[in-house]
Amino acid sequence: MVSEPLLAVDRLSRSFGKLVVLAGLDLSVESGGIHAIIGPNGAGKTTFFNLVTGALSPDGGRIRFGGSDIGHLPASRRTALGICRTFQNIRLFGSMTALENVLLGLHCRTRGGLLAPLLGVPFRRSPGEVAARERAAAVLEMVGLAAKAHQSAVELPYGEQRRLEIARALASAPRLLLLDEPSAGMNPQETLELEALITQVNRRGVTILLIEHKMSLVMKLSKIVTVLNFGQKIAEAAPAEIQRDPRVIEAYLGS
Amino acid sequence: MFVQQLVNGLMLGGAYALVAIGYTLIFGVLNLLHLAHGEVFMVGAYVGLALALAGFPPWATLGGAMLAAALLGVVVERVAFRPVRSRGSHVTPLMTTIAVGLVLQHAVVKLYGAEPVAMPTPFASASLELGPVTLSTLQLLILGTSVALMALLEVFLRSTPTGMAIRATAENPTIAGLMGINVSLTIVITFAIASALAGAAGVLLAWNFTGLSPFFGVKVGLKGLAIMLLGGLGNVTGAMVGGLVVGVVEALSVGYLDSSYRDAFAFAVMILILLVRPTGLLGARLQSG
Amino acid sequence: MLSDHAVSILIFAGIDVIMALSFFLPASAGQLSAGQGGFMALGAYTSAYLTVHHQTPFPLALAAGGLVGGLVGLAVGFPALRLRGLYLVLVTFGFGEMVRVLFLNAPAFGGPAGFAGIPPATTIWYVLGLLVVLVYFFTRVSSSRMGRAFAALRDDEAAAEAMGVNATYVKLAAFTAGGVIAGLGGGLYAHYTLFIDPEAFGVGRSLFVMLYAVFGGLASFWGAVAGATILSILPELLRWVKDWREILYGLLVLIMMLVRPQGLLDAAFLARLSARGERAAARG
Repeated sequence: MVSEPLLAVDRLSRSFGKLVVLAGLDLSVESGGIHAIIGPNGAGKTTFFNLVTGALSPDGGRIRFGGSDIGHLPASRRTALGICRTFQNIRLFGSMTALENVLLGLHCRTRGGLLAPLLGVPFRRSPGEVAARERAAAVLEMVGLAAKAHQSAVELPYGEQRRLEIARALASAPRLLLLDEPSAGMNPQETLELEALITQVNRRGVTILLIEHKMSLVMKLSKIVTVLNFGQKIAEAAPAEIQRDPRVIEAYLGS
Repeated sequence: MFVQQLVNGLMLGGAYALVAIGYTLIFGVLNLLHLAHGEVFMVGAYVGLALALAGFPPWATLGGAMLAAALLGVVVERVAFRPVRSRGSHVTPLMTTIAVGLVLQHAVVKLYGAEPVAMPTPFASASLELGPVTLSTLQLLILGTSVALMALLEVFLRSTPTGMAIRATAENPTIAGLMGINVSLTIVITFAIASALAGAAGVLLAWNFTGLSPFFGVKVGLKGLAIMLLGGLGNVTGAMVGGLVVGVVEALSVGYLDSSYRDAFAFAVMILILLVRPTGLLGARLQSG
Repeated sequence: MLSDHAVSILIFAGIDVIMALSFFLPASAGQLSAGQGGFMALGAYTSAYLTVHHQTPFPLALAAGGLVGGLVGLAVGFPALRLRGLYLVLVTFGFGEMVRVLFLNAPAFGGPAGFAGIPPATTIWYVLGLLVVLVYFFTRVSSSRMGRAFAALRDDEAAAEAMGVNATYVKLAAFTAGGVIAGLGGGLYAHYTLFIDPEAFGVGRSLFVMLYAVFGGLASFWGAVAGATILSILPELLRWVKDWREILYGLLVLIMMLVRPQGLLDAAFLARLSARGERAAARG
């Protein structure tokens, strides 16, 4: 039996004025594995992420997640459905601590509006808040940042900020996690730790879509690699074959 | 009668346009709204008042007011804009201009009181008859002055090196800087010009209404803002045309609407424009700053 | 017991704090409203109308004022969704002015002559009571799901939405709640001064509310409390301040923005305070 891909994108296109960034992209992501997207700068990779998460709306094409069309849904709705991401330039919430950033990730998995704080026992955290904090602490533990829970998020060292962003995204319990160049700026040691983290997350059942430039990471982690150039798919295969594909080599050398 | 009101409207509109041009020039080069511009306009009017009461002739009153306003504008730029314009927050530049406006307004209240004062007007009783329309010489003077100033500005912006520097900075400050333009100086000059025009408008409107109050600046300032939004942010010609349109509409509505409603009309127009125009076009410019 | 004069100062200061908090709430979600005076007017006139013409008991009338403030806040919140920063300030400012013009031209509410004969119902206990509730509310909200949503929207709206925050809903909630608080403040004000006119809720009011909160610092609601308390009481302690209030406060805020733009109580200061508190609790 052929199972429905977790994410299926069909003739997706997007332009900015006269600049065509994506020109009819077809891409499917199977549930369960790690799928990498590579390509020269300007190939449309981050734009693709923006379209999938709903930060941008497409000029044409369809986006299906878990079998349903999500193209018309706002970004926050898609997160509730199970798509979450990290950003190429880290975008943590500057006024909050590490723990609070992760707690924000739980927003779509918890409840409570403006009236909730007025109810409940005074001077005692509500059970919902206590539970949320425990969950957030567990996620921080998983990425190795439990000790930094109460530190200002933007004052953390760069590598830890990247891990925190992943933790925040994980808190939303995604089915599909989009990582946009998570190893950017990391030294080899940090990159190894990141590799272990991504593997661990994937083992817990989260499908991962990864934009990366570090080929070592792509080779070690991914099951399938899609290569984009000029907004179109030029190759898609297992990592070993992609390395040898002449079109891919040309795309990187020729650009 | 209609033509009479039309002329009134053009005269009013010309002065409004001068204020709106100031807002739009400053927004053009800085991507910031000068919320104390209305107060600069008001101070210009009061300087004109002081000069007129001291016995200076009308041209000196106008010129003196423009000079004083220009100086004030430069000071405001130095104190409220330059230190804060590169910081990320948009609260801070907003608050500094509001604070400056408050100080200016109440400094004038201290000096002249909160009640309206009378402004000596030139050519008070002289008039001219052109067919069905009777124009007072004063009205012609006001209309003529604002038209002349706008024409001068156009020539200045298009033909002089400084004018072109202003347009280049409004287009893209980084590239203007790379081309060798002294961006900081250009900004100061822009403030000086914008404020001088506002000062002129202050005297012209004080002559028109034969009186002024320290709270004059808020009303006219808001109208200037509305006109700037109407004409397009950073668009000088748009501010000119928009000003004339608003002036005419206001003059024509005198017979139909209460004065406080006329003010509310300007706010309503401003709100409508802000809501209807896609924020993407305008918002993008503001947020990138 | 405190003198009548002292009580009067405290009541006005309390109302200023309430108004500053009404500005702080939407501001904490990134929405600067320069029109809180308008909501205050709506609350004041609504509650006064009810007590004077319908003999409505004060608590009910007060609540009605808050409700009207909230409903209009919701209505204003919708167009506000599409606006950022300066544009939102302009639109809310315009809103405040339009409310003023509305009441200026409404004979049922007294028009320019104002609305007199309001029964004296506001006591220091009402003001303190509301303040206690608000402080409790804000303390709880700041470490709650919605509080974090506000802060996230303010820090980075797009990232917040990507993390599942429904910006529309949260912003509307913030604006509505700000309107409710301002409406309640207006109701308390009206039933203390016993006479209201549209000028009391105009540009000056909205600007001062904003100045108080920004001066005190927008990092936490305590900033609004501190800013409003200090700037409200200062003219009473120093006579000369009263005459020069606008000029002085304008200069004060200007200097504050240049020297310490985060306001009096900033995040770092508050963190040190809470760290000290935690250490004391650990010791004690």
